[in-house]
Amino acid sequence: MYKLILIARYLLKRRITHFAIAAVALCVFIVVVVMTVMSGLVGEFKQKNHDFFGDCVVGTDSLVGFPYYQEFMDVLEQSGLAVGTSPVVRNYGLLKVVNYEARRPVEIMGIDPVRHIRTTDFGRTLHYRAGQPEKAFQPVYDPNALGIVWGADVFDLGESYGRRLYGDRPRQLSATLTCFPLTARGALAGIGGKPNTQGFYLSDLSLSGIARVDDSLVYIPLEQAQLLCMSGSEKRVSAIYIRFAPHVGVSEGTDRVAELWRQFKQAQAGALNSNLLDTVKVQDWKGYRRAVIAPMEKEQTLLGLMFVLVGVTTVFIVFVVFYMIVTNKRRDIGILKSVGASNLSVLALFSGFAFNVGLIGSCTGTLLGWLFLARINRIEQWLYEHFGWQLWDRTIYAIGEIPSRIEPQVIATVICSAIAACMMGALVPSYLAARLRPVETLHAVRT
Amino acid sequence: MSQLPVILRAENIHKSFRMGATRVNVLKGVDLAVHEGEFIAIVGASGSGKSTLLHILGGLDRPDKGTIHFNGRDLHRVRARELNRFRNERVGFVFQFYHLLDELTVLENVLLPAMVSRSVAGWLAGRRKARQRAERLLDQLGLRERAGHKPYQLSGGERQRVAIGRALMNEPKLLLADEPTGNLDSATGNGILTVFETLHGAGQTIVLVTHDERIARRAQRIVTLADGRAR
Repeated sequence: MYKLILIARYLLKRRITHFAIAAVALCVFIVVVVMTVMSGLVGEFKQKNHDFFGDCVVGTDSLVGFPYYQEFMDVLEQSGLAVGTSPVVRNYGLLKVVNYEARRPVEIMGIDPVRHIRTTDFGRTLHYRAGQPEKAFQPVYDPNALGIVWGADVFDLGESYGRRLYGDRPRQLSATLTCFPLTARGALAGIGGKPNTQGFYLSDLSLSGIARVDDSLVYIPLEQAQLLCMSGSEKRVSAIYIRFAPHVGVSEGTDRVAELWRQFKQAQAGALNSNLLDTVKVQDWKGYRRAVIAPMEKEQTLLGLMFVLVGVTTVFIVFVVFYMIVTNKRRDIGILKSVGASNLSVLALFSGFAFNVGLIGSCTGTLLGWLFLARINRIEQWLYEHFGWQLWDRTIYAIGEIPSRIEPQVIATVICSAIAACMMGALVPSYLAARLRPVETLHAVRT
Repeated sequence: MSQLPVILRAENIHKSFRMGATRVNVLKGVDLAVHEGEFIAIVGASGSGKSTLLHILGGLDRPDKGTIHFNGRDLHRVRARELNRFRNERVGFVFQFYHLLDELTVLENVLLPAMVSRSVAGWLAGRRKARQRAERLLDQLGLRERAGHKPYQLSGGERQRVAIGRALMNEPKLLLADEPTGNLDSATGNGILTVFETLHGAGQTIVLVTHDERIARRAQRIVTLADGRAR
């Protein structure tokens, strides 16, 4: 009982304890805020990639592409694995917007919008035709013209407070897209290797939330992409995006698609240009996007390591504070032992004290973190309005709001870690306190 | 008095301390028997080992050699847990510098030995009785009005009376006092000695350490500590 009373009094009356609690609270606050924002950012980035590519990609890095994709999509549809399959042509070209001087290199993506919206989140990324994505390539001012959808940042829209100014309808812009078509052997098509050029009208803008996509990707109809970028008797694509049925897991589905692809490839052996099938890989969306996801995950891991250093600092602060407290409380320890307190009891007293410092500090830090995160977007807006200082450029991060959703498991982990850090920091001083001989502390000590 | 049973017997107590490179032998074979209800004063010059002997008698320190028997049991052969219980239930300490806990009130300081010996559940079950005992002690020591004060709000004499109250809380068989008036003026010190005399009159066994012969004379028996031995 005396331990509870003394712990409460030490917590309330000792100023140095308040500093220890403040140090723990500050560390927890930083960890909660940064972890929440970083986890939110990485989580949303992964989700946007997942949305963009579907669950699985059967594709090749070669710009030549591969044939017989329609046959393989039939195999997939018969297997019952997929609810959506979308053939995609990917290539590079030059975009020239009429009446504007500059040409800019872009990545061309040829899609069938009806298939693509069943497989990916393409429909949701459209700004004007989100409700009718099948009409993505029909310009509102001329539905019979050939439409093009380009990334929200391909052509400067103008912005305000880091947000894009879209306007009520797509601007009436026409553009030409130029691309070098490749034969099935990988050579430039035509005499002298002349490029293909096709005119389009802007029909919509797409905002996927992936900065590199929104900055450089243009969508055109699949058939146009095949005409523009590929040459040969049989039609080819660069990839097939697949959305699995709800009951099929991504990993399991990818394995089964890989097996189907292996069988399909064997069955096509000897067919015209079947060698192109050898370059095709079957990967889940994460594997396909490993090159961009892995660095972010590494950054997150690095951040975790930095927080370990923050934790070590907390342990050291708590160690110093507790060492001072125990040194200051040597007389109390002697008094307690003179009235019969055991070593274990003294150890429990200071360990309990450390536990409470950790608990109060981490709860305070979490509460402050939660309050800060709940207002982080308002704070950021206030900073922008009053000082012109924008922390979060929407055009770069492509996420409308700073992530602020606190994960309960993150909070639980942070609180437990903070308490453990306090207990670790207090372990040695508490042990030393418990081992003190009462006569050492009582003899000739003046009050 | 000698017909009353011996509650504490010290035999051939040796104790030495290392002072830099040399070892100082403070106690060189002290023998002492304390009978139940006795009031003994141990006198000696400064550095003669009075406080060291008192700490050994109370189980706060261990002798290098020799035995301490309390009611027939060798104190320094028992487990640490039993020694803790001995300090909690059988003996009460009064120190020269009071040694009260500043974070606790006067009442809580007096209650401390009772709280140490009980678990939370045990304390909740017996707190009313313990509180009544503590309040009665504070009444007897003239500190009832000071129950809610903190030690630093009291005078030296009041603090020492609180320390006596704490020492008596668990009704110990033996009260050990280390220069209890050493930090007080003569009038206040006299008041404290009167308290000890009153306690002795009520049957309390007391061992008091002092360097002051006048104070020692207030005790029933005087033991002089010189050259590491008791006479």
